[in-house]
Amino acid sequence: MAGSTESSSHRLDRRLLIERLSSRWLQGAGYFAIALFALIVLALLYQSLPLLSEYSLVQALTSSNWDPAQNQFGFLPAIVGTIYVTALTMAMGTPIAILAAIYIAEYAEGRAKTLVSSFIDVLAAIPSVIFGLVALIVVVPVVGDYLAPAVGSSATGLGIFTVSLVMAIVVTPFMISLSVESLEALPDELRESSLGVGATKWETIRSVLLRAAGPGIFSAVLLGFGRVFGATIVPAMLIGGQTHLPSSPFATGQTLPTLIVNDFGELMSLPLTQSALIFVGLMLVVVVWLFNFTAMFVRRRLQRRWQY
Amino acid sequence: MTDAALTTDNLAVTYTGNRNVEALKGVSIEFPANQLTAIIGPSGCGKSTLLKSLNRLHEIQSNVEISGDVLLGEQSVYDTDEPVPELRRRIGYVPQTPTALPVSIYENVAYGLKIHGDYDSRAELDEQVEHYLRKVNLWSEVEDRLDAPGAELSTGQIQRLCLARSLAVEPEVLLCDEVTSALDPVSAETVEETLESLKDEYTIIMVTHSMDQAKRLADEVVFLYLGDCIETNDTRSFFENPQHERTAEFVSGHTVVGDDDDDESEPTATATTVEAGR
Amino acid sequence: MDRYAKGRLFGLLARGAAALVVAVMVLVVAVTIYRGGRVFLTDPVIAFTPPGSRYMLEGDGGFLHAVLGSLFIVVPATVVSAVLAVSTAIYLQSDYSSERFSDLVNMFLNVLWGTPPIVYGVFVLTIIIAIGARTSLFFGIIAIAIFQYPIMTRYTDEALRSAPETVKEATYGLGGTRFEAALMTFRAALPGIIAGIIMGFARGIGDAATVLFTTGRSTNMPGGLFEGATTLPVLIFDQAMSFNAEVRSHAYAASFVLIVAVLALIIVSKLLAGRYARYAPGGRHS
Repeated sequence: MAGSTESSSHRLDRRLLIERLSSRWLQGAGYFAIALFALIVLALLYQSLPLLSEYSLVQALTSSNWDPAQNQFGFLPAIVGTIYVTALTMAMGTPIAILAAIYIAEYAEGRAKTLVSSFIDVLAAIPSVIFGLVALIVVVPVVGDYLAPAVGSSATGLGIFTVSLVMAIVVTPFMISLSVESLEALPDELRESSLGVGATKWETIRSVLLRAAGPGIFSAVLLGFGRVFGATIVPAMLIGGQTHLPSSPFATGQTLPTLIVNDFGELMSLPLTQSALIFVGLMLVVVVWLFNFTAMFVRRRLQRRWQY
Repeated sequence: MTDAALTTDNLAVTYTGNRNVEALKGVSIEFPANQLTAIIGPSGCGKSTLLKSLNRLHEIQSNVEISGDVLLGEQSVYDTDEPVPELRRRIGYVPQTPTALPVSIYENVAYGLKIHGDYDSRAELDEQVEHYLRKVNLWSEVEDRLDAPGAELSTGQIQRLCLARSLAVEPEVLLCDEVTSALDPVSAETVEETLESLKDEYTIIMVTHSMDQAKRLADEVVFLYLGDCIETNDTRSFFENPQHERTAEFVSGHTVVGDDDDDESEPTATATTVEAGR
Repeated sequence: MDRYAKGRLFGLLARGAAALVVAVMVLVVAVTIYRGGRVFLTDPVIAFTPPGSRYMLEGDGGFLHAVLGSLFIVVPATVVSAVLAVSTAIYLQSDYSSERFSDLVNMFLNVLWGTPPIVYGVFVLTIIIAIGARTSLFFGIIAIAIFQYPIMTRYTDEALRSAPETVKEATYGLGGTRFEAALMTFRAALPGIIAGIIMGFARGIGDAATVLFTTGRSTNMPGGLFEGATTLPVLIFDQAMSFNAEVRSHAYAASFVLIVAVLALIIVSKLLAGRYARYAPGGRHS
């Protein structure tokens, strides 16, 4: 009898020890996300200091002269290129994404629904380098031979418009699945309430469902925005890689991420260039994170205003 | 007996999911105009199904099959060229869960009016909104915060807001699905009072699982059991002199409990019998 | 136009948008399978042949180095990241953490989730510079692991969330510790967690931006943990930019290998998640 009590108290000790150790480890894992976040900002900031001590921030952001070999670091062309690409992509992708999400959540039934949504899941998981490669043989010739000449622009097919078109394809499935999630989370009573006073399906979607799912769709679009803004591989393959202010949507150009990709390599041996490219990384982080935090804030506001 | 506002003609509904479930097995019921008819019966007996099929709201779900017809006055609801939204406007619906649309209190009431363009000026719209909010006894509680989100009201207030929203398009028939079951007893009472005040003007069809509520409010009672309509009668005779054995059992089985707040427990017990019956 | 016509038009638009997205997806996959399959199936050995000394210039040999590089980088990265991600998710879902702290961590996780992969690449690069190391397989593993961490945490968190609360309560009811309760929940959510880890693996194997600056884009066979390496997506990126037609055609073959691998992983993950949803009480897709 005494023996068994001893062994059971021994077992309890062991269990409590495991409990304490696991608690430490899990707590550490909980802090990891925050630590990683802080470490990224600090590391990028630290390595950007050499550039920032030589040039003023305003000067670097507003100068359009980018020539690392001559120690000229004007980020304006890449910033304009990034804004151009992001705006065009979102203009093309957002309406399609929201419409397709509405189709899946509200119109499609049974097998059609399963089929379309699994296609979209697959599309979301295809590596972006494959989109770039396919675009090189499908999109680039079409844009270069037909689309650009049609609007009176001569181009090789590589450029801002091509990147935007392909990026729209890359981010759409991502925005669709997040939007579908928020539409499907809505209670059927909302649909019944609206239809019950004689609204059509479209009126219900427009005035009730899109509003109620608004905060979710809004964050889907903003996350899509973040993806386009920081996209690297597709722009690097398709933008043409010339650091100048783009003159038309079909012009070649540079985005912030492609600036890093294209000038990475031999130029990295120059400390100031190295610092400049890391500073680009810092800019990307700051903008995407600012957007994220704003999005969270706006989302909460919308949720209050459009609650149901 | 007044004229029937709504009549079902051998209405049958089958859910064709993984296995077929006959929710309604061909019921023919007359719902008299300007009366409040309560549909009662144990859980899962097809009450909500019947209610939703009256204005074709079940159509938002896939895999539902329906046969038979519903007549709104003389007009067929299923075999018609009239667009479904027009029909639903004439047969309004208030869901079980109090549901505010994601707009302001004002816009909640104005929603149907705006869709149908039933007003000439902003002033008229204001007037209409006030009129219907007064009708459901909500005006005095919300008049100073019409621009606040509808969802900020209490559940009882939201349910009255739903009533106002439905009434605003002047339906000929109003369908209410257990409108008090999600509410606390006090809010439930105010909603009941509102229904009481409306029933002379409108044809109301209400699903309830509370026998006492049916007794208090209804002019007519319809008893559904396992997808069949067992008995239809005016409230008084229904409870005091049930024509059918099942009705008698159901009515007496419940009246033992008596207390309004306990109405959850009894139908559940009956539902077990339903399961066994399958 | 009356309101019914408007409704019909809108329904058509929604259908059209969905059809467009599906058509694009079919086009992308078909082109990759067709172009890549043609190159790969006529000459499958290129995926198992080490590159020649002038591979990037003349296309002699094959791209075994990238296939192995992908495996050697993404497999260890997935293991490291999965351990961290599962721990974080358990911490957030279990009774170890206060709700406020969980919200805070979740906020940072969301932000990390939305961070462009190139940022992780540049971040690891700054570490390489700071400690005076050279780009290598090792830093590729670190970069991919960081990239996968928020993705896998999200999937794991979702899986744990949909595990029934009763599992935890039952364990407490038997006198279990918090760790034992967390372990029970973990077990209940295991299929979902594995599905999430596979998704993370698929994302890791497809990403190029994180390894672009951290592994050295080597054109030799991987020689060791601290030697240069490359991965399939990076190789495809480099091949696509080549002036040599032979090398460019290898890009399609490599894409074929990559897309087949990713599709297979997604299908396995979906099957697992679907199975999970069927057996979980109150599963979302039951």
